[in-house]
Amino acid sequence: MPREKYRFNTRAGRAFDVFNVVLLIAVGVLALLPFIFVTAGSFATEAELATRSFFLWPETFSLRAYESILTSDAFIRAMVTTIGVTVVGTVIQLLLTASMAYPLSKLNFPGRRVILALIVFTMVFSGGMIPTFLVVKDLGLLDTYWALILPMAINPFSLIIIKNFFQQLPAGLEESAMIDGANEMQTLWSVVLPLSKPVLATFALFYAVGIWNDFMSPLLYLNDSSMWTLQMFLRQVTVATDLSIVDADPSQLPPAQGIKFAVIVVATLPILLFYPFLQKHFAKGMLIGSVKG
Amino acid sequence: MVALDTAVAASTALDTRPPARRRGARAHFTQFKWLYLLLLPGAIYFALFRYGPMYGAVIAFKDYVPFLGINDSPWVGWAHFEDFFASPDFPRLLANTLILALLSLLVAFPLTIVVALLLNELRVTMVKRSVQTLIYIPHFLSWTVVASLTYLLFALDIGPLFQLINGVLGTNIDFLTDPGWFRPIIVLQDIWKNTGWGTIIFLAALAGVDQEQYEAAIIDGAGRFQRVWHITIPSIMPTIIVMLVLQMGQVLNTGFEQIYLMTNALNRSVADVFDTYVYFMGITQGSYSYSTAVGLFKAIVGVVLIFGANWLARRFNQTGIF
Repeated sequence: MPREKYRFNTRAGRAFDVFNVVLLIAVGVLALLPFIFVTAGSFATEAELATRSFFLWPETFSLRAYESILTSDAFIRAMVTTIGVTVVGTVIQLLLTASMAYPLSKLNFPGRRVILALIVFTMVFSGGMIPTFLVVKDLGLLDTYWALILPMAINPFSLIIIKNFFQQLPAGLEESAMIDGANEMQTLWSVVLPLSKPVLATFALFYAVGIWNDFMSPLLYLNDSSMWTLQMFLRQVTVATDLSIVDADPSQLPPAQGIKFAVIVVATLPILLFYPFLQKHFAKGMLIGSVKG
Repeated sequence: MVALDTAVAASTALDTRPPARRRGARAHFTQFKWLYLLLLPGAIYFALFRYGPMYGAVIAFKDYVPFLGINDSPWVGWAHFEDFFASPDFPRLLANTLILALLSLLVAFPLTIVVALLLNELRVTMVKRSVQTLIYIPHFLSWTVVASLTYLLFALDIGPLFQLINGVLGTNIDFLTDPGWFRPIIVLQDIWKNTGWGTIIFLAALAGVDQEQYEAAIIDGAGRFQRVWHITIPSIMPTIIVMLVLQMGQVLNTGFEQIYLMTNALNRSVADVFDTYVYFMGITQGSYSYSTAVGLFKAIVGVVLIFGANWLARRFNQTGIF
């Protein structure tokens, strides 16, 4: 970048630079501050939480909150459920999306334009919450984990981006696989998919984040609280302040505030762990998405 | 790993004979059978979970009885729509939804552009990268986490923001239940979660601005602010307009999860929007047909807004969104 050339070394220009750096660092810190506060709070004692209103480092260090949730059957169940649904759901979503994207990436595939138009239409118009709920209900999916996965199995945006990616792969590679005697299925599996690993990894992460964070589906489709996911559990504890769901060791009083902090941390942790991997790709992915298909 | 018999399939896939259509259905099917097979699961998905609900939306014109099913429930015409438009809920929902959309348009949207412009002026690459990394993070947190953070920060007993603001104002406001604070908090959440993420698209546009224009401007003696005002902003105007127009298409879509999580008995008067109303009437009260009518009204207005917005974008920009 030949930026240096445009540098305006007047006093006002330099003052603005300093001001700008300070301001944006403040903005960056502000983005993270609530989370640091919660993490600090999750390691503090109840007494400290009750007396100090804001701190970024606990004076008295305690693991009581984490002990309480990790001995809570309901919490463990929610955690295991969420991990399971996220893993299975992501695999299903990815397989379905890639499998549908492949035929649509073939320019000679009959009906391609019509099918694409039908897909794009669903991005603009949908039947709505209640008719979707009734479909899920009529299929007998209420109170099953499939209800959290199948209704969102293909995201039209992702589908179109993956289709576009397949489309710009060099045609020669697929042709040579065909000449070697592979059928479309085999070509997709052993030529196209391996070449698309970075794109598929990006969408796997986005799909996984989507399922992990999903609150609406379990709210709509799971009546049975023993099936709840982490997001439902989190809402019950923090927003509804219902600690009875934690069902920790009854001989000890659970740390009422600490538990809220700890559950938030646990619900966020996987996102923060995967964030570096996600970050590598998303800016590019989002820009591809904004280019018309 | 490639079997011999698949050579046949390969030769058909590569053949240069006239299009399959002319050779009859059988040849057509042989040529594309694998592709059809691959398409099938996705097609079933779209038929079942995307077009199925569109068909199911006819219950907006019926009195849906679960026992009778969608087809056999009796028709009632526009009755549910008439009920909805005549009910006092309608103006309240419309106002709540529009006010939230307008606030986000007037506060959150310009803020995104300002942050992108400031980031663009930042010349210490390391600081720029770090700040970007930090401000994107909230976008990936769930609304339940955002709501939980809000409840902790504004809690009556331990909330630091509760104590800070009430300490400064010298009052005792419970921000979580006071209807007057519902909208500012929603906008605040929205800014915290999405402003950073929103800058991505503007930063991309800013990276594409013609650098020679700046050189020329410097020779003409333009100051830094003048360069931003006369070159940078006009250069990214098309992007700004497209994003603005896209947002206008989304006016009725106040996120369900965010609003639902922040709604309580005391702030219902300002919190109810179309999406949460459909949920409360349909799922919790079982008025399937009525709430479907409300949802359908919202969806159709949404489509009209999107196409209208796209038309506007074309006028400003030559290229629309689709």
